[in-house]
Order: sequence, then C-alpha cells, then structure tokens
Amino acid sequence: MKVEIKNIHKHFGKVHANNDISMTIQPGTIQGILGENGAGKSTLMKILSGFYQADKGEIRLDGKLTRIKSPADAIKHGVGMLHQDPLDFPPMPVIDNLIIGQSGGLLPNRKVVRKQFEDLQARFNFKIDPDAYVDSLTVGERQQLEILRLLWLGAKVLILDEPTTGISASQKEMLFATLKILASQGMSVIFVSHKLDEVEQLCNQVAVFRQGKNVGQAMPPYRTPQLVQLMFGKSMELAPRIDSTSCDVLVHMKDLAVENYRLHISGINLDICKGEVIGLAGMEGSGQRLFLQACTGLRRTVGGKLYIGQRDFTGKPYHQFLNSQVSYVPASRLEEGLISGLSLTEHFILAGEQQGFIINRDKALKLTESRIKDFSIRGIPETRVESLSGGNQQRALLALLRSPLQLLLLEHPTRGLDIESSMWIWNMLKERCKTGTAIIFTSSDLDEVLHYSDRILVFFGGKVSNPLNAGSTTVDSLGQLIGGKGWEN
Amino acid sequence: MKTMTKTSSLWINTGFRIAAIVLALAFTSIVLLLSNARPFEAFANIINGSIGSSKGIANTLVAWVPLLLVTSGLLMTYATGMWNIGIEGQITLGAIFTTLALRLMQGTSVPPTLAIILSILAGILGGALWAGIVALLKIYGGVNEIFGGLGMNFVSTALTIWLIFGPWKRPGTGSMSGTEPFDTSLWLPQLEGLRISLWSVGIGIVGLLVVYFILQGTYFGLKLKAVGKNGRAAFLLGVPTTRYIMAAFLICGAFAGIAGAIQVTGVYHRLIPSISSGYGYLGMMVAMLVNFQALWAGVVALFFAALNIGSIQLPIVMKIDSTLSGVLQGALVLFFLLMEGARRTFLSKKRGK
Repeated sequence: MKVEIKNIHKHFGKVHANNDISMTIQPGTIQGILGENGAGKSTLMKILSGFYQADKGEIRLDGKLTRIKSPADAIKHGVGMLHQDPLDFPPMPVIDNLIIGQSGGLLPNRKVVRKQFEDLQARFNFKIDPDAYVDSLTVGERQQLEILRLLWLGAKVLILDEPTTGISASQKEMLFATLKILASQGMSVIFVSHKLDEVEQLCNQVAVFRQGKNVGQAMPPYRTPQLVQLMFGKSMELAPRIDSTSCDVLVHMKDLAVENYRLHISGINLDICKGEVIGLAGMEGSGQRLFLQACTGLRRTVGGKLYIGQRDFTGKPYHQFLNSQVSYVPASRLEEGLISGLSLTEHFILAGEQQGFIINRDKALKLTESRIKDFSIRGIPETRVESLSGGNQQRALLALLRSPLQLLLLEHPTRGLDIESSMWIWNMLKERCKTGTAIIFTSSDLDEVLHYSDRILVFFGGKVSNPLNAGSTTVDSLGQLIGGKGWEN
Repeated sequence: MKTMTKTSSLWINTGFRIAAIVLALAFTSIVLLLSNARPFEAFANIINGSIGSSKGIANTLVAWVPLLLVTSGLLMTYATGMWNIGIEGQITLGAIFTTLALRLMQGTSVPPTLAIILSILAGILGGALWAGIVALLKIYGGVNEIFGGLGMNFVSTALTIWLIFGPWKRPGTGSMSGTEPFDTSLWLPQLEGLRISLWSVGIGIVGLLVVYFILQGTYFGLKLKAVGKNGRAAFLLGVPTTRYIMAAFLICGAFAGIAGAIQVTGVYHRLIPSISSGYGYLGMMVAMLVNFQALWAGVVALFFAALNIGSIQLPIVMKIDSTLSGVLQGALVLFFLLMEGARRTFLSKKRGK
C-alpha cells in the first residue's frame, strides 16, 4: 500500500511535536525513521495508527484521503502498529489471542482461524504452537505473534516502533528477515529506531527527524557521519585507538581468579594501558560484573595478583581502591549509585573531599551549579535524584566522579539512554581517557563495545577470551564468541 | 508558579495533621464515653494538671527532659535507618552507671559538684556501652537491631532488680521502692519548692540543638542520612557505613545515658526498678511523629510530657484510670501515621491528574 503523509502538524501544549512533516512510502519498501528520543517519531506513528489525531495535514492511503479515527479504524484501513510492548493476553492460548481482536461474529470459528494462522506461519517460517499459552513464549515470539495477528487482520502497512529493544541478537535477525519478506510481498514497512546500524542494515530509505521536523532523507549506501549529522545537527569524531603493544601499563593482572556461588573464572592475564578502554562483552551474568567488582575491591579475588600503577592491590578493600583514584559506577543507578531522598547538592557534598566538620553550603551550592552546567543535568541543586530522568541520573553519577582518576569501571554506562545522551556520555569518558584514565566497561550493546573499546574481553560460561582488538573485530565474530562458538583456540 | 504549589502543599500538609489530631481526640472521646466519663472534663483536667500551675509546669518539664534527650538520640539512629528499640535498656544502664558512680563517691572527699558531673559522664558511658553492644551484634553478628535491643532491655531490667534486691539493697530488706536515697548534696540543684532542676532543662535543650546542628549542618550528619537512605550507594560513594552505624548507636546510647543519669541525680535520687519510665518507647513515638525533623521534637515531646503529667489528675479527680493518656498518645501516633499515608495517596493522585 502506498502511504502519503502531507504537512502533518501536531502540538502538545507548547511543544510542536510534529512540524510540517511530509513523506511518501511506496509499496514494497522498508522506510526507516531515525531520530533521538523526543524527535517526533512516535507521535507521527501514533497519528498514522489512529491513537492521535493530527492538528493539520492529511494522510493518503493508495491515493485516497483517509481519516484514521482510532486504532481499530487504522487496522480496517490496513495500517497495523506493533508496539514496543506486545499488546497480548499472556494467560490465554495463542489462537484465542487472535480471535479476541476479530470484529463481528458471535461464535468464533477456531478451525478456520487455525488454518489461516498456520498458512501465515508457513509464509515466514515461524513456528509458534497455536495452542501454547502466550506467557510461555519468548519476547521475540510474542513479537512474531503480533505481526501475524496484524497480517491476519489485514494489515498492508506495518509500523514497528523500536522493535529491537529487549530481544536477542538472533531474534533480531529473524525479525529483519521477516520484514524483508513482507516488503518483497508488497507490504509497506515503517521501522522506527534510534539505532543507526539497524536502520542502515534494513531500510530501503531513511527519513531523519529532529525536533519535530523531517530534516532529511537518505538512500543506500548510507554514510553514517551524514546520518549522525542529520540527527544531531553536528558530527562526532573519535580519537584514534590506542596501540596496546607499546604503552604505559597502568593495570597488570596476573592469573587473576574470581568466583561466586555459580561461576569460577581463573587465569585472567591482562595489561591495561593508561587511557585505554576495555569493553567487556558477554551474556548477562557470564562473569563481567564479577570481574569488574574484583577490579575495585568489592569482591575478593581468589587467586592471582592485581597491580594498579605498580602497587599491589590484591585483596585490598574497596576504600583503598577509592582512595587510589579507582572509581566504580554501578548499573542500577537508584539502587546502588544514587541516594533517593537526597538532593543533587547533598550528593556532591558526599562525593567530594570532606573539609572540616561543618558543611560549607554556599561552596557546595556553587560547585553543584557548575557541575549541573558542565554535565548538562536537567535539574536544580535542590532536585532530589529520584525525580531526575534516567539520562540525567547517569550524567549526575558521572558528575560525582572524582578527578583525576586512574581507573574507571562502568557497568552499562548508557543503558536505557537515547543516542544523544550516550554519545555525550562517551565524549565525557573519552575526555577522561585523554588525561590517562583507563576505563573498563560492560555493555550488552555490541556496537557500543566495538565502537568505543580499544580492546574487548568476551565472557562465556566461566571463561574469558584473550583481549581482542576492537578495530579488527566484527559484530559477527563477537556475537559468535558471546554465544559460545569459536572458543577452541 | 513554584511558590504557589509550595504554599498549597503546605496547606494540604497542615490540613492532614490537624485532621489527625481531631480524629485522635474524637477516638479518645469515644473511649471516655464508653467508660462513662465526660470527655471535655477529662481534657480540661489534663490541661489543668499539666500547665495549670507552676507545680504542674515543673512536673511536665521533669518528664520533658528525659523524653527530649531520648528523642534527640533516636533521631541519630533513625537517620541511619536503624530502629534502636534497645533505648529503654540504654536509659536503665545510664541510671545504673550513675548510681554506681555516686555510691562510690558518696562520703568521700570528692566535691559534690564534681561527683555529679562524673556521675553523669558515667551514665553516658553506661548508655553508650549498652547501645554499642547492640550495634556490634548488628554489624558483626547479623543480629537485627530490634531483636538485639529487645534482648538487652530484658537484661537491663533483670540487672536493675538484682542490684536493688542484692548488692545495693537498703539496710535490712530490699524493696521495690529502690535503693537508699543519696545525700542531698549529690542532687542536681532544684528550684525552690519544685521538683525541676534548671540544669537538667538546660542539658535537654542543648542536647536537642546539638543533634539538630549535627543533622543539618555537618558532613557527619549528612553521611548518617546517606547510610540510612541507601547504604549500598553511600558505601560506593566512600562512606564507611558500619562505622557510621556504630557512631549513631553510640551517640544515641550516650543521650539515653544522660537521660538515665538525670533520672537518678535530678528526679529520684536513687535507683528504682523502672527507672526508664517508658520514656524510651515514648521517644520512639515522638521521633516518628516529627518525621525525624529535630526542631519539632522539642514541641512534640513537650506535648507528650504534658499529656503524661496531666493525666495523673484523672484518677484523683474523676476516678478514671490514668492510662487514658496512653490511649490518647497511641491514638495520636496511629492517626498521624494514617493521615501521612492518606496525604501521600492524595498528593500522588493529584499529581497523576
């Protein structure tokens, strides 16, 4: 189905969420929509799928002017939207989930529906048991079910809003394959994302949104810097990678061993240079956290030696690491990183050097104000940390770090953040590297690991790989190691 | 815009607090009516007995000082998120140590003023020791401070009884009325004809101000709060959490010890079986009621002390039980907590809209 969007406007109070957006999507194409959080992508999709009404502008489906009044109306016109969270009924069988969405008819005809469902499955090689209960399906399978349901209801335009959050790499592959099949059968697919690589990999054309406007279209072959510039209105450059064969060694690990009740990891040998970034990759719970905590004294090592800046830190407690300029930024910001109920100012007082016994509030306030500005935290000194958004909490956590630092350990530094916050945070971190700080970080985002690390360690089932040079490693080879393949050598 | 919402939420808060007081009074009235007494007469008697005469005011202050000291100490442990229910035992140990010191110095050449000062210091030591044991059990033994404190309370009661009927018994046979009173030279100087000593009032007020200052203005106080609100994050930010928990317990125990010392040198002039008089538990209620804001503690503690003293009139004048003040105090705390919950629900609903 051909979708034409013309001069769409949408206001929310003072916010101009969609400002004169126009685009045309031909049948059989996968249209990418790229933009950071709040750029207006989701608003446009909700207008297309009937959740919102546009203030101005028109939508034409196959050339016919259409008013989409509700989501049910949208699917009648052939527009189906796949939500970030699957809209299904977990405690019911798959087949009943289909029937619920069907309009008309008093008695459901299970036999016919089952036949239609199996036919649809065969088209995409899906293997969902129609009698299985939805809560027994994986997130990826539920997504497939939702796609099938929309197709079964007659969708000819499929909208996917950030569909890859929360699904595994292999499920993502499968989803992309499905979308390509759909497009080849004449469907129009709209793929909304803030992840550059996904859009580049999948889409036939890309529209970039910024501050409510459609700021540019691009066709393959895509040039990443150009897309980044469109998204943010500015470009980002990375410093060249560090050559780990000839550098100042900061951290020296010799046959280091760590364990918890489940895992035992031994024989870690690694030299980390000043200013180097080491990325830790692996399935969640493969020992990355264990390793990070061992590097900061939060968990005792059970064998081997750990030297930081020539000094032996084996078995030393956390506060000695902290006093020697080793800092740890935990993943769960409000559980471990920040103190709910205390203000930003109070956090800066706590994290700073204690001077005397009595707090100098004026000085603390000035410091906080300057940090808020430097780290672009959206809040005031009196703001309690729990009322900050995730991105601002992460910025606050980084703002709390002391300077200078020898070694900085981060867990999922950009998890849940939009791409601009992520880039901003990495800019900050790379600035620190220039002063000689070495960074070790974990992330489940392989692109982040590949993009920002100098070298990478892969964790799998109690084993740690040799350091891989990030420059000569690909997502594929990394993915295989994470999945447990290629560990023989 | 911002100040507007601030004042309106202040009004909402005040409204809910007033509602709590009204509800508690209504509830107590019902209890009074059920026991065939006129509520207004009872309330009038309470007011009269507590602040109606200089004697009444003096007695109220006698109750206020230990309550204030205990509450001040508890604000420190509450700040770290600890429930120091062992406060009763800490008061008792303060009293025991003070009695011991005075017994040792009575009849010696130690000047009385010095003896009193030393005995109060001994009380501080006793209270801190008892609290320190609870903290050690908590930190190194993994014993919840509530159970540890409760256990230590029982030990302290048994210890008092044993001392009164054993080693420190009065000439002849021991009695529940306590040990032999000290010589008047070892009493905290009292106002002419009244039971109250201005020295003890001074100590109580200074104690509260010290706690207020620590919690509001110092690194130490802020770190205590950080430990209480999120111990893990505080630790990662570099606060040695166990040391701060220990410090909070020691300070709280010291305050309880002073309260016990004043009970001995300033009020009873001897050791009696229930020397703590329940001020520890009452202090926990006060600390909860003021929502851990130090300055309010003085006012609320005074109110509770007045209730306690005023209700002594009830059995004398109206032939009803003096435990009525307990009913009123309990009702106040419960309705305050209830209204606090209602206020939060109300505000979050309002915000949701």
